[in-house]
Amino acid sequence: MVETQKGAIEIEAFQDGILEEVLVKPGEEAPVGCPLAYIRAPGEAAREEPTTEKTKTEGEIHSPQTAATPKLAPSAAAPPSSQRGVRMTPAARRFAAEHQLDPRALKTGTDGVIGLREVEAAIEAGPKSAGLELNKRAAGIDPGQMRRAIAAAVTRANREIPHYYVTLTIDMTPMMHWLALRNAERAVEHRLLYAAPLLRAVALSFAKFPDLNGTFENGAFVPADRINIGMAIAVRRCGLITPAILDTDQQDIDTLMTKLNDLVDRTRTGRLRSSELSMGTATLTNLGDRTADSLLPIIFPPQVAIVACGQIRARPWVVQGEVVARQLMDVTFAGDHRASDGRRGAQFLGHLASLLHTPEDIG
Amino acid sequence: MTEDFEGVVKDALFSVAPDLEGEKIDPDKTFRDQFEIDSIDFLNFVIRLSKASGIDIPEEDYPELESLQDAVAYLCRRKGSK
Repeated sequence: MVETQKGAIEIEAFQDGILEEVLVKPGEEAPVGCPLAYIRAPGEAAREEPTTEKTKTEGEIHSPQTAATPKLAPSAAAPPSSQRGVRMTPAARRFAAEHQLDPRALKTGTDGVIGLREVEAAIEAGPKSAGLELNKRAAGIDPGQMRRAIAAAVTRANREIPHYYVTLTIDMTPMMHWLALRNAERAVEHRLLYAAPLLRAVALSFAKFPDLNGTFENGAFVPADRINIGMAIAVRRCGLITPAILDTDQQDIDTLMTKLNDLVDRTRTGRLRSSELSMGTATLTNLGDRTADSLLPIIFPPQVAIVACGQIRARPWVVQGEVVARQLMDVTFAGDHRASDGRRGAQFLGHLASLLHTPEDIG
Repeated sequence: MTEDFEGVVKDALFSVAPDLEGEKIDPDKTFRDQFEIDSIDFLNFVIRLSKASGIDIPEEDYPELESLQDAVAYLCRRKGSK
């Protein structure tokens, strides 16, 4: 876990190996570009001169030939272990020990694990209330910084991206009916929100329209080789973040529901991973129940498309010549006009509507 | 026997939105209007309410759980009719 100016994010290691040396200790600050640890790849020779405490000065850039990858989260190499029934990360255990705190007196985070932030909060709260108010803290989230990050992204989007918008009203009655039947036979913890099939339908639509899934860089569209849909997730009284669910099109609806729940929880507690914040290929923003009927979204640069859904609301609709009440949702597609045209966006929405009209096919 | 249904509802709400713990709750106003509770928060709230009270809550009853007052009344009724 690394605290950055965009909030706390988990840094993943993308290479197998042995954690040979941790260069930046928990709680220390490090400049951008500074290696955090060395991972020795399988078969690779051990480093001849382990970096000593003395050489690790702030601002110094290490560029070791032998380092497999410079970044590693301590928790990735040493997963949370269980000791006396308390699930705690090794770093948190050390940190707590340093401050002579009893792990059993600490409250776990929302994921059931005691991490550094739980220990930190206990220390801040002082000995009397140690562990009492830990859940209240949305660690790693600074409202001011989040606002500035949003401002930077949307300012860039409106300055650089010539948006076009196309809107289609989609009849969600079949989907809502199908979901109600499905949820009726399930225990409450296994029920689905319509956001899950919606997310799947959007991902499958981007799979069908690869020319809308990717980024615009150096004057040209670069298609992405996978589909990672970013979800706009609101953080109460703070702002919003758009972390991505990787390979969204490869997940079934139940998996997407679980991942969505997990993503919302980690967004609001400041535990997102770097890949989730940097690897999105297109974005979905879903206003949700009792909000507004439609919105015109702003593309998240350098992506080239965003899909925005208004609330689902019973409204008059013509079916076979008769006006009837149906559950309608206005969906707006915003595209980067440098990469595609409105007609393409309209085709995308048509395909999305056909998927949402036949929920049994995407479930 | 009088159970503390208000306590059960508050615990469920604060466990899905820990940042709200200690906030005053207007009993008549919906959680959604007061605290920007969204669909995912609400589903998790119902899950916790169901676990804590031992009541199976069907989806069509969700509208009866949207404020503190309504949720307490719902639990009273469901527990009473058992």
